[in-house]
Amino acid sequence: MTNHWIDIQHSDVIMCIGSNPAENHPVSFKYIDKAKDNGGKLISVDPRFTRTSAKADMYAQLRPGTDIAFLGGMINYVLNNDLIHKEYVVNYTNAAFLISDDFEFNEGLFSGFDKGSSSYSKESWAYQKDENGMILRDDNLKDPRCVYQLMKKHYSRYTPEKVCDITGTDLNNYLQLVKTFCSTGRPDKSATIMYAMGTTQHTVGTQNVRSYAMLQLLLGNVGIAGGGINALRGESNVQGSTDYAILYHILPGYLKVPTHTNTDLQAYLKKWTPTTDDPQSANWWGNTPKYMVSLLKAYWGEAATAENDFCYDYLPKRSGNYSYIKLMERLQLGGFEGLINMGTNPIVGGPDVQQIAKGLDKLKWMVSVDLWETETSVFWRRPGADPKTIDTEVFLLPAASSIEKEGSISNSGRWAQWRYQAIKPVGDAKSDAAMLDMWVKELKKLYAEDGVFPGPITDLAWDYGHEEEPDIDKVARECNGFFTRDTEVKGKRFKKGEQVPSFAYLKDDGSTVSGNWLYCGSYTEKGNMMKRRGLEDPGGMGAYHNWSWCWPVNRRILYNRASVDLDGKSFNQQKPVISWNRATRKWEGDVPDGGWPPMNEPGTKSPFIMIPEGYGRLFAAGLADGPFPEHYEPVESPVDNCMTAQQCNPAAMIPADFFSDSDKYPYVGSTYRVTEHWQAGAMTRNLPWLVELVPDMFVEIGTTLAKAKGLKNGDMATITSARGAIEARVLVTPRIKPLVVSGKTVEQVGMIWHFGFNGLAKGSSANVLTAAVGDANTGIPESKAFLCDIRKGGMKS
Amino acid sequence: MGITRRNFLKGSAAVGAAGAIALKGEPSKAQLKAPELRTKGLQRTTTICPYCAVGCGLVVDTKKGKVVNIEGDTVHPINKGSLCSKGSALIQVANNELRLGKVLYRAPKSDKWEEKSWDWAIGRIARLMKETRDRNFVSQEEVNGQTYTVNRNDGMAMIGAAALDNEECYLLGKFARAMGVGYLEHQARI
Repeated sequence: MTNHWIDIQHSDVIMCIGSNPAENHPVSFKYIDKAKDNGGKLISVDPRFTRTSAKADMYAQLRPGTDIAFLGGMINYVLNNDLIHKEYVVNYTNAAFLISDDFEFNEGLFSGFDKGSSSYSKESWAYQKDENGMILRDDNLKDPRCVYQLMKKHYSRYTPEKVCDITGTDLNNYLQLVKTFCSTGRPDKSATIMYAMGTTQHTVGTQNVRSYAMLQLLLGNVGIAGGGINALRGESNVQGSTDYAILYHILPGYLKVPTHTNTDLQAYLKKWTPTTDDPQSANWWGNTPKYMVSLLKAYWGEAATAENDFCYDYLPKRSGNYSYIKLMERLQLGGFEGLINMGTNPIVGGPDVQQIAKGLDKLKWMVSVDLWETETSVFWRRPGADPKTIDTEVFLLPAASSIEKEGSISNSGRWAQWRYQAIKPVGDAKSDAAMLDMWVKELKKLYAEDGVFPGPITDLAWDYGHEEEPDIDKVARECNGFFTRDTEVKGKRFKKGEQVPSFAYLKDDGSTVSGNWLYCGSYTEKGNMMKRRGLEDPGGMGAYHNWSWCWPVNRRILYNRASVDLDGKSFNQQKPVISWNRATRKWEGDVPDGGWPPMNEPGTKSPFIMIPEGYGRLFAAGLADGPFPEHYEPVESPVDNCMTAQQCNPAAMIPADFFSDSDKYPYVGSTYRVTEHWQAGAMTRNLPWLVELVPDMFVEIGTTLAKAKGLKNGDMATITSARGAIEARVLVTPRIKPLVVSGKTVEQVGMIWHFGFNGLAKGSSANVLTAAVGDANTGIPESKAFLCDIRKGGMKS
Repeated sequence: MGITRRNFLKGSAAVGAAGAIALKGEPSKAQLKAPELRTKGLQRTTTICPYCAVGCGLVVDTKKGKVVNIEGDTVHPINKGSLCSKGSALIQVANNELRLGKVLYRAPKSDKWEEKSWDWAIGRIARLMKETRDRNFVSQEEVNGQTYTVNRNDGMAMIGAAALDNEECYLLGKFARAMGVGYLEHQARI
């Protein structure tokens, strides 16, 4: 989230697209209701009429996988009717920047596409620069090569009629909704977009989010109260686990994982530290060396010295894409001996799960750490498998629940909140931290004797006590960071062992340790800031700066220096996030996104400090599949792309042997969740109260499809896709309606994905049907749009 | 005795009467005779909901090492005491006979679990991890005709962590990288 949950109350217009907070984030709805009480409007855009839709002022149905068409039409409307927040767009976004004359877009492809590798070379997407490296711009937004004009041309093709032909949305509903949302380009109005997995689980998932960001930048809605683009995270700490980089491509705090060509620390830092020739750009990632060296010091402590590149050699270097789908492909090929699952259940939650389960058969050993016997932990006795033929050694280690240990988790609004231990873990259970601690201690012993390249383990700085549970307080202090010697930074003296007060004081010379620079400030000499329970709210805006701690530096709204005009005065005087006090020459309100003076004063910096050029990107050259979002059909679609001849995202991650058959599987399938269950189900399908509320797997269809198939409420049905078959109880509702797309009627089939063959409540897994095809940028699977068929009767009938 | 609507109502009336007396601040016979409050001797801690990422606060009441009640934290600025059906059911995560209480092991070709000690399991797992790492360690790799130092363990993968605390995620990442694991992923990707 750019903003945070409580801030939603300040919105004049809220658009829930690809999300259903009324059911999946129920308590957040408190703030949507508050916004509505204040006169705000709620728009719900969803293939299905959800409980969020039921509370909305406006509802628009769209076909799964057509968000870019939907948003493209909104961008077109804003530009055609000149509804942009001009002062914001000219001064804070790259709308005025000139793009290379070589950039073009033809028949669904941007310039630079290479068919052989299904990827783009991005030279032609570059900014035009003068001899000093400064980007050329036209503040009148008239130059045909400026981003604004290129964007206007690109989205002129997204007329309301064309859009609704693609999305299946009712034209009048669409026009009314677009008008309402796009009225918020005024400085005193705000709109927010709340999105979730309905947005991201597509082969164009990243570009879906991009399209939201572009619309919000055009309307000046990023950085302000009640604005922003807000990802509704589905797991209590999936924000934190991402910040802490349990991912193949990043290290803590979004530092890059080194690749094979980053042969030493210097080469790594040269490659990944961005530079700028613009003195007005803060280019915050220019601090990469300080953060990286502090991380290496956290990993290898005393052993990491300037002479040995701070043990950079010890870090594994990647030479490819190891994302989830790729990992599972390698598993299925027998590429791994061992797999460790910590609180995860891939044979329910992953895409095309039957193949993942077969991959597990090929492991020598597997460790599952969980509170429950998950489907994954008992893959060897899944229906249809013969345990006698499976040679895998399996360990199931009992884990402590959230109230049986202590530590912090970060919510969607980036608030890191501390949880205390209420009771000892049940039975012999232990925290995940304790297991990691035991593994490391045991491996240190083994590698002290012999082993291949033992240094990374024997030198690992790992000293969290000798109790049964490791000293979590000490871990939290290390994550924040401390000084390794007496030193002076920016005129302030620090003692060895003192906590680093904020990341502005981290150094690249080995004098500081920080396990995650982004969390530097979370545990200072003043104590553990994540434990704070202060309820002061001086601005009355619901920011609660003394409640817990949020990254970065307790800033509650990101990009907030874009919420003020060039003099530092809030665009919206009624709901200021920050404002510049001329007398004290200080910012007041939220922690400013960089403390420099306003844009009209010398020594200022541009507000988008994490971007090397300093401006919000309407045109983004860093993406794998184009600088502007463009509509492509999902990999499995019942219709042809009527926008261009390019059917699917040309850069999407699609296996060579992938096949699909829209004649055999004519319906658009999608997955979703219910309030009473959670993700892959282990945490809810084992709880009697929740099982009583929703005991069965179900499939939801509309009345016309039910009639055509002779299905009634409560019947059993079999649902099939090119990957497999499942069975489920039928729920016939008017919530799911067929769509008319390019003159063709398209039926939809909706399923919850919480179920599996084990646990107190059992049922078929919807992810048997989903495809392992991934987004071009992130590799997220396209679980929200696939093709399927449905017939009456269970699988045995 | 089962609760009927009739005696349930009677029960509430009695509580109401006691409450009314207490409000006057005067001790009364009814109060002196009343059984000890069920809240006496409770230990209270705060926590944050483990389900979605709204980050609702809860209070956990325990007695003699056992959870006796969990409810919304009325002071918490986000949820102000409210919870959804999942958060309201959190007590059933702590008090649940399906929770794993033992280390379980399944031998190759076996169709059942065996209970094991932590010492045995950690020793065995560490040994397997080491053997896998040592057998599959790629010190140098040829890419496009050039040789690079990569120091990577391609024999094992690690997934999962969105349910772990930040500090645990940090330790998990530190451990994975020390082991040379490149295939490190979790729920955020899917």
